[in-house]
Formats: sequence, structure tokens, C-alpha cells
Amino acid sequence: MPQSLTLALSKGRILDDTLPLLADAGIHPAEDINKSRKLIFDTNLPGVRLLVIRATDVPTYVSLGAADLGVSGKDVLMEHGGEGMYEPLDLRIAACRLMTAAIKGAPRPEGRRRVATKFVNTAKRWYAEQGIQVDLIKLYGGMELAPIMGLADEIVDIVDTGNTLRANGLEPREFIADISSRLVVNQASMKMKYRQIQPLLERLTAAVEARTA
Amino acid sequence: MSRADHWLLPDGMDEVLPPRARQIENLRRKLLDLFHSWGYELVLPPKVEFLESLLTGAGHDLELQTFKVTDQLSGRMMGVSADVTPQVARMDAHSMQFDGVARFCYSAEIVRTQPDNLLGSRSPIQIGAELFGDGGADSDLEILSLMTDSLLLAGAENLCLDLGHVGIYRALIVEAGLPDETEAALFDILQHKRLAELQPLLAPWQEQQPVQMLLRLSGLNGGPEVLASAREQLQGAPAAVTDALQELQELVEALQQQYPQVNLYLDLSELRGYHYHTGLVFAAYVPGLGQALAKGGRYDDIGRVFGRARPATGFSTDLKMLASLQGNLQARTPVAAPAAILRDTKGRALVTQLREAGERVVFIPRNSCSSAVDGGKSIQQLADGSWQLMAADKI
Repeated sequence: MPQSLTLALSKGRILDDTLPLLADAGIHPAEDINKSRKLIFDTNLPGVRLLVIRATDVPTYVSLGAADLGVSGKDVLMEHGGEGMYEPLDLRIAACRLMTAAIKGAPRPEGRRRVATKFVNTAKRWYAEQGIQVDLIKLYGGMELAPIMGLADEIVDIVDTGNTLRANGLEPREFIADISSRLVVNQASMKMKYRQIQPLLERLTAAVEARTA
Repeated sequence: MSRADHWLLPDGMDEVLPPRARQIENLRRKLLDLFHSWGYELVLPPKVEFLESLLTGAGHDLELQTFKVTDQLSGRMMGVSADVTPQVARMDAHSMQFDGVARFCYSAEIVRTQPDNLLGSRSPIQIGAELFGDGGADSDLEILSLMTDSLLLAGAENLCLDLGHVGIYRALIVEAGLPDETEAALFDILQHKRLAELQPLLAPWQEQQPVQMLLRLSGLNGGPEVLASAREQLQGAPAAVTDALQELQELVEALQQQYPQVNLYLDLSELRGYHYHTGLVFAAYVPGLGQALAKGGRYDDIGRVFGRARPATGFSTDLKMLASLQGNLQARTPVAAPAAILRDTKGRALVTQLREAGERVVFIPRNSCSSAVDGGKSIQQLADGSWQLMAADKI
């Protein structure tokens, strides 16, 4: 019995890098995703559908089995914890780094540090590994503003070129992790639909390798 | 206090309403009867025990999952059962002391501090069976067959069985002798198949044969054909690995023959429950669920701390989740009888007779607005005082 496969894509910056990679792997959406307001798209492959959702929602969809596969940034996966999912392929797209940052030249405060971030779990884990006691403040965007306005001593955020940091008088400090987008697979789907997932995985692996070769 | 404080249930704690409750109870009876017919003895474990007995050999996960309370009588800490398996192991090791093979089954409501996933229940009904006293492949096959029969009986369709064997990883990791930190990282990577991180982690040791085999392990999953490539790729591995592959091969052949409708998936790097499982591990999946329907495996020697180390294997499932696979149960429409019949000996006899024949009879109070149950039969008194069962359309 042929079963359908659903692939959840992260909207935004990651999507711009994902679509060409999917095209390289021979997966084409039935219409232009960027020109449509739809959220579900058929593809040229029978039974394979694409969902376009917020990046932070991808692990939720995949871990609960609402989507079989997903494309998700490592930053989002680290924050989610990745339970219920396999992470078989580094797509090597949307590469950046997860770092701490603070106001340029500002001295490190004594005692507890206040840290503003979107990635509360990741930050908590990382600072604990460094032996640093922190108070975390969850923000949803515009991290750079927090040190400027005295809300936090440091931030934890993804850094691409570092231009946004510099433009706001901040500097990157400690490196936490290399980030790129990963292909994630729901564990139950992997076991039940491996005969469909395996060829897809091979196509994508070949496409990734052809680009980096 | 707002009104919501009075009716709101805690996250993941659910109440079961009709007709679902009846459906769950029916399924529970069917499954316990099935276990009984296979020779499994029913046990009723206590809801609350001292923590030391509950958490034995089960690892950190179960400790987090267990609600804890103080025993006001002894001053000791008690836990509310979050997994029946260690309780049954204690019964086998300490309370029962059968010498030969012992088979136990149970059905118990358990509670957990954390659900398995975001939408998971914190109050599942764990139903399962455990077999003690035999460490051979025969018993693994027995438990796997009983689990499969149970799920098929519950109406599971397009069932997929996932088989693994932690003995393979265990033997290779001993042989490889990696530092503790690397081993912990490797475990985490394999659990989540983070294949991109595997090569860099093991690069310093990649010349060693057991490490090369650990690297290959991550790719050994798929249909039964995986076993053939495993034999090829793990050539020269310790005997424990060869034995494990042989056992898997035999199990696969038996299952394919007995359950041709069931799909088999093998994953040699599946490490679920690695901290207490010792051999075969398995799980059952059905489409649309997104998580395992039933799980189990071999956990030899768990009873050691209770005074007796014995081979053990078993499986369990959540009765509530299992019952949700079935469509809504259509309950028999009750027969309506006027409550006056309660005061009439002959009338009561007719009601008893109908009930014994499997009908449901409800009494309608005299001032009640509903004189009959919609579309159901009714009992009416005739002019001569006798009672008669009338068909629905005669009302």
C-alpha cells in the first residue's frame, strides 16, 4: 500500500536555501511556494507533500508525527531536544554559528549574569557546562536591544556575518555551536515507511554531496 | 477561585467517559483472557511502594517519572507506580520463587510525572505480560507472538514490528574500550541517528575494527534484508554479535511465517531502554500514531537486588491508546420498563430473564418525561396485569 509522505519546511531564510536543494534532489513543488499563500503543496513525486511552517514548529510537527520528515535548523533542534526524531542528514544549508554576544568592550559582570535569548534550554545547558550561573530572559526577537537597554549583560543568538551585532555596538564573544539545517525524520515514520523514506534520503544525500564536492 | 479551578484536570490526566470506558474495559477483559489462555498468571501490584523497590535497575528516567510521597507511618519515601515491570520482577524474585519458567500478566493504572511526549498521557493503563526463568530465543518468540496476537485482537491494522538487539552494541562497545565521555556521546548520537556527528566523534579511533563496526551499525536498519548485510559488515565481530544476529534471523523467519500480514523493520542501532535491556528489544507501530503502540524486550537479572537474578522478557502497552484504535462501540439499546415493575414479582422475573439473555433493561420512573428509550423495545403492562415485551415500533 503506497503511503503518503509529508515533509515540513521551515519558513523564511532556511526556505530560500531549501528549495534549490530539493530541486537538485528532483523534488519540485507543484506551484511556486513564494508566490502562494497556501501552506500545503503537492510535488512532482506522487504522495510527497510539502508543508511550509514556522521554523520553531517543525520539530513539534515531526516529533508528534503530524509530518514524517522536516527541515529544521540545528539551533531549533538543540532547543527542542529532538526527542522522537532521527536526524540522519546534515543538509549543509543556512550555515551560521550560535554564539554569546555583549556590548563591545563591556567587562564581564561579577556573580550571576543576565542573559537574554530565544534559546533558553540551550543557553541554560551551555552556561551550566561552563560553570557560570545565569538568569535567563526569554525574548522572541531583536536580541541585540537587550544589552543596550540594560535588560541583560549578554545575549545568546545565531550569528551569520555579525553585521547586525556590529551595527548595534555589540561583539560576538563565546562560540557555542555550528549551526546548519538538518533533515529530521519521525521515529515511527522511519520504521513504518522506510521503503519510501530511504530513497528520498538517498536522493537528498546525493544532492548535498554533489554541492559540496 | 475561578470556576475553572473546580473542574479543570491536571495536564495529561484524563477521565474516560461512556462509551469509551466500556470499550476499554471490554478490551482489558479480552486481553487478560488471552494472557490466561497462554498460561500467564494475573498479578495485582500495589499502587504505592517504597522507592527503593520501585526504582531498582530501571535507571534515571523512571526516577524522574515517579511521583513521590512520604510514608507517614515509616518516614520513608514512597513512589506511585510509574511502570509495573519492576514490581512484577520483585514478585518473581521475592514473593513467588517459582523455580522453573514463571509467567505473569497485569493491567494497572499508573501515573507519571512527565508524559512520553507533548500529547502523551500521564495516566495510562499499562497492560502487559512478563516471562521469567528462560533466557532463550523460544521465550523471546513467545513474548513477541503474544504481543502481536494482543495487538491484532485489539484491531491493530497494518502493524509494523521493530526489532533490535542491544547485545550487539554492548559487545562492540566493550571491545572498543572508548573513554566514558565518548561512549556517552556515541550513545546519544546513535539514539537520534545524528549521522553527521558520528564520523567526527569516532575519527581518533577509526583504525580499530570494533569502532569501524560501530560506525557501520548506524546504517544497519531497514527490512529483513538488513541481517544479511549485517553478517557481511560485522564479520570478525565478537561471538555475542554473531549469536545476536543468528537469533534475530530465526525470529524474523518465524514471524514472517506466522504473521505474513505484519511488516518487519530491523534496527541494529536501536538502543531504547539500553540501561536495563540486555538482549532483544522490540516495539510495535501502526500508521497514524506517531509513537510506539507497544514495547518490550529482554531484561535479564533485574531481580538480582531482590535476591534472585533470573532471565526475563516481556512487553507492555497502554490500554487507553490501544482502545483508541477501535471505532466507537455501539452499545445495545436498552429495553425500557416502567419502574412500577419493581413492585411486581412476575414483572421482575421477566426483567431478570431478559437481562440473563443479554438485554439491558432500564426502569423508567413514573413521572419521568422519557417513557421509552429512543428506538428501543419496551415492557408494557397489559389490561389483565401481565407484562409484555413490545417491539420499538409498537409504542
